[in-house]
Amino acid sequence: MNITELTLTETLEALKRKDFSEEELNKAYLERAAKLNPKLNIFLEIKKNSCGIPAAIKDAILTKGMKTTAASKILSNFLPPYNATVINKLIEQGISILGKTNCDEFAMGGSGENSAFGSTKNPWNLNKVTGGSSSGSAAAVAADLCAFALGSDTGGSIRQPASLCGVVGLKPTYGRVPRYGLIAMASSLDTIGPITKSVEDAAQVLEWISGSDGYDSNCSDTKFTLQPERLTQGIKGLKIGVPKEYFSEGLDPEVKKVIEDAIKKLEEQGAEIVEVSLPNSKYALAAYYIIVPSEISANMARFDGIRYGSARADFGPEIKRRIMLGTYALSSGYYEEYYAKAAQVRTLVKQDFDKAFANVDVIVGPVSPTTTWNLGEKIDDPLTMYLSDIYTISANLAGIPGLSVPCGFADELPVGLQILGKQWDEETILRVGYAYEQATEWRKEKPKLSF
Amino acid sequence: MNNYEPIIGLEVHVELNTKSKMFCRCSADYFGKEPNTHTCPVCLGLPGALPVINKQAIESCIKIGLALGCQISKKSLFERKNYFYPDLPKGFQISQYRWPLCINGQITLDSGQVIRINRVHQEEDTGKLSHRGDVTLVDFNRSGVPLVEIVTEPDFRDVESVRDYAKKLQQLLRYLGVSNADMERGDMRLEANISVHPIAIASKASPWRLPDYRVELKNINSFRFIVAAIEYEIKRQIEALEKGEKLLQETRGWNEDKKCTFLQRSKEEAHDYRYFPEPDLPEIEIQNSDTKKIAEQLPELPWSKSKRFADEFKLTATQAQILSESKELAWFFEETVKHGNKHGVSAKEIANHLINKKTDINIVLPVQVIEELKGKRVGIIENKEELEELAEQAVKKNANAVLDYKKGKEVALQVLIGAVMKLSLGKADIAKLKPILEKLLKS
Amino acid sequence: MKLTSDQIKHVAKLANLPLTPDEEEKYSDQLSKILEYVEQLNQVDTSDVESTFNVTGQSNVMREDETTPSLSQEEALSNAPRKKDSMFVTKGVFEEQ
Repeated sequence: MNITELTLTETLEALKRKDFSEEELNKAYLERAAKLNPKLNIFLEIKKNSCGIPAAIKDAILTKGMKTTAASKILSNFLPPYNATVINKLIEQGISILGKTNCDEFAMGGSGENSAFGSTKNPWNLNKVTGGSSSGSAAAVAADLCAFALGSDTGGSIRQPASLCGVVGLKPTYGRVPRYGLIAMASSLDTIGPITKSVEDAAQVLEWISGSDGYDSNCSDTKFTLQPERLTQGIKGLKIGVPKEYFSEGLDPEVKKVIEDAIKKLEEQGAEIVEVSLPNSKYALAAYYIIVPSEISANMARFDGIRYGSARADFGPEIKRRIMLGTYALSSGYYEEYYAKAAQVRTLVKQDFDKAFANVDVIVGPVSPTTTWNLGEKIDDPLTMYLSDIYTISANLAGIPGLSVPCGFADELPVGLQILGKQWDEETILRVGYAYEQATEWRKEKPKLSF
Repeated sequence: MNNYEPIIGLEVHVELNTKSKMFCRCSADYFGKEPNTHTCPVCLGLPGALPVINKQAIESCIKIGLALGCQISKKSLFERKNYFYPDLPKGFQISQYRWPLCINGQITLDSGQVIRINRVHQEEDTGKLSHRGDVTLVDFNRSGVPLVEIVTEPDFRDVESVRDYAKKLQQLLRYLGVSNADMERGDMRLEANISVHPIAIASKASPWRLPDYRVELKNINSFRFIVAAIEYEIKRQIEALEKGEKLLQETRGWNEDKKCTFLQRSKEEAHDYRYFPEPDLPEIEIQNSDTKKIAEQLPELPWSKSKRFADEFKLTATQAQILSESKELAWFFEETVKHGNKHGVSAKEIANHLINKKTDINIVLPVQVIEELKGKRVGIIENKEELEELAEQAVKKNANAVLDYKKGKEVALQVLIGAVMKLSLGKADIAKLKPILEKLLKS
Repeated sequence: MKLTSDQIKHVAKLANLPLTPDEEEKYSDQLSKILEYVEQLNQVDTSDVESTFNVTGQSNVMREDETTPSLSQEEALSNAPRKKDSMFVTKGVFEEQ
């Protein structure tokens, strides 16, 4: 048995059966990490534990006494005096932190290339990006360097790298998981969620980390509870919506074909496929690129080098770009034209989903318009880079949950199927994801990493 | 000089006396504490920290709004006010701008003039800077303490009414029990905006209009200085207008050594605060029933009390005002009147006595005032031994008060005096009792 | 519409961002492009549309006025690049007199 290939659920069962000890478990992952990390640049820091279930944590999530940099030069020496709530919740469950993962600086980016500490390489092809911003977390799961990982998703930062790295990524409903201790990017959209080797794993981690802590005013008291019999009940009779807007120009034909096959598979499982329309989704990206930079411009203001961190000149180019954009959009005379307008368009995007979900249980489509691309390919063209978030950002604007599940390959590179659900209804998207996963063999595919 | 009229508006910041800070659970009792011992990730602005609203602060803010006759907004939002300063840890202050809690109130001055209140809103305080040589040091103990801002319309026309307003506001805040309102400690801070215009009779052709500039007086931390600054500013502006100069929008501070205001920031350098709704805090919705509940908790306000004293006890307006100056004095007066009723001593007599004799209500009890007024010195216990015995009994029966006294709580002495009065059926001579008790407690 | 150099300088000042002339030039181009893209929001009729600032649908989330222990002074100052007399040090800020 190869310990590091086991899913979280399998690992928990094996530990229960005493197939191996926690010490052996940690040793296996640490050895693999020691060999592969230099190639993949996944971990910014590794902690050698001998007990607990090893998890990889995005470096935008605070860990007490363990450096947390958000992959930024400005925080390169920051030692948090407190743990993020999700970390405390995981520790309570017997999880240990194996490493802090690389990401786009302050979670701003969609390729992992904005890290001040170098790009993470895609385990499926070392010349390609992992996607982002939770680049290291997705790659760590794909390369079997941890039992599971945590990422954060403000515009697709869990789902998109999960899709590009061929693993499962869950962005929960906004307000499901407490954000206390997540370095804020855009506060009204930021969510923390799991990146895992299976859908069941994602449900398990969500159960562990959900539920209010009294420190995030936007977090709901309703905890998510994993109910295996509901997760595995199949999707017969479920109504699955396919938004016609997600299949128009811009979608790579190869990716399109893979997604269409996946939808056929869902139909074969007994689901009813219905076309839906999200007419305002074409404005979502524009609204997103007003609201998000505006919130960023305020959230990044605390980095003044007085209480922690270095000087503001140390921000990377994408951070500066978004601060500039947000500051401009909020500046005197522009608030109505930009921020107020975008907040109204946000309502329309949300209403589109409300209308669609009146008729369907979930909505499916691509996560990303393309598979992974070459390192450096889009780095100088921010707008093109932003456009790769086109299918994921609407869920953040609306606050609804979304799941990325591996659904095949285009030119030997992974493609993810996106399953969007109603607010607070992670259960149904996980159920659809589980049914799809079980009906296909994609979860068994692993990148060929030699060392 | 008399051809000009000053136009003044005031912004008053009031620190609330809640136990915890506005958005975190740190103690708000920061005054005089070791630097940076009252902070947490939230009020230090650490990465990842999030605000949670203090319910008590919101209630206090609404109380102030209601007492000033404001409308309470059904929907209110917190917003981020963005600017950079070393005492502002998040790089923004959580404040209110487009959606304040309370709007459109008013307050009547002694002169009868009505000052309109534009808004009463909730925000948070900043840290404290101290300058040492060429560096500045920052203490964040004060960061995040609840602050209420009360903004008037530009309705003041002279410094006297500014003084009266500040006094009335301070009295109100203390009546409401929402703030210590101590100006010297910075619990209550004033900012003024001032312009001056030639007095002219408004007509249809030239209706009354505000001048096209205003000078803001800011960062002046003493009440005395802000009054001096306003007086100086009125003079400076009139002189400038006389000389035909054009006055500009600017922010000025006060130089106490030179006794003059000085330019801090011109219009071109004015802040652009880029307000937008605080995404970390859901909106506040206030139902009429909530407002009603808070309104029911309001005490009798000083001006109502003063009016009632005048009506009910046939006092002069001045008497009524003096006796309602503080909640404590007003309570003492009314208690004394109650006792007086039983002994045929009139409220008027009591009022005269309290005001003329400047009775120290911290030492004397209402019954004693009546005794004194009745001239009934008969039966008063002045004998040292008798008083000592009474004092010893009181000390034995009030162990807690003794402990409190030893911890430095001066009020505990009042408790013990009260106990002696009870034992002696109100006949102990307080002036003689007090040193005896103090000696006993220190032994 | 291209952002002028003055506009960029003004925004950078508001944002407390020290930019090099090269960065100013680059951001002027890139921001202009993004703003051009964002212009499409004007095509949406939002005359009767409410704003969404918060998607939770919650209101009046508040806590009781109770205290919990603060960080120790040492913890509070632990990441400060410069400290003196248990306070954070910053370059002098003075109101000109």
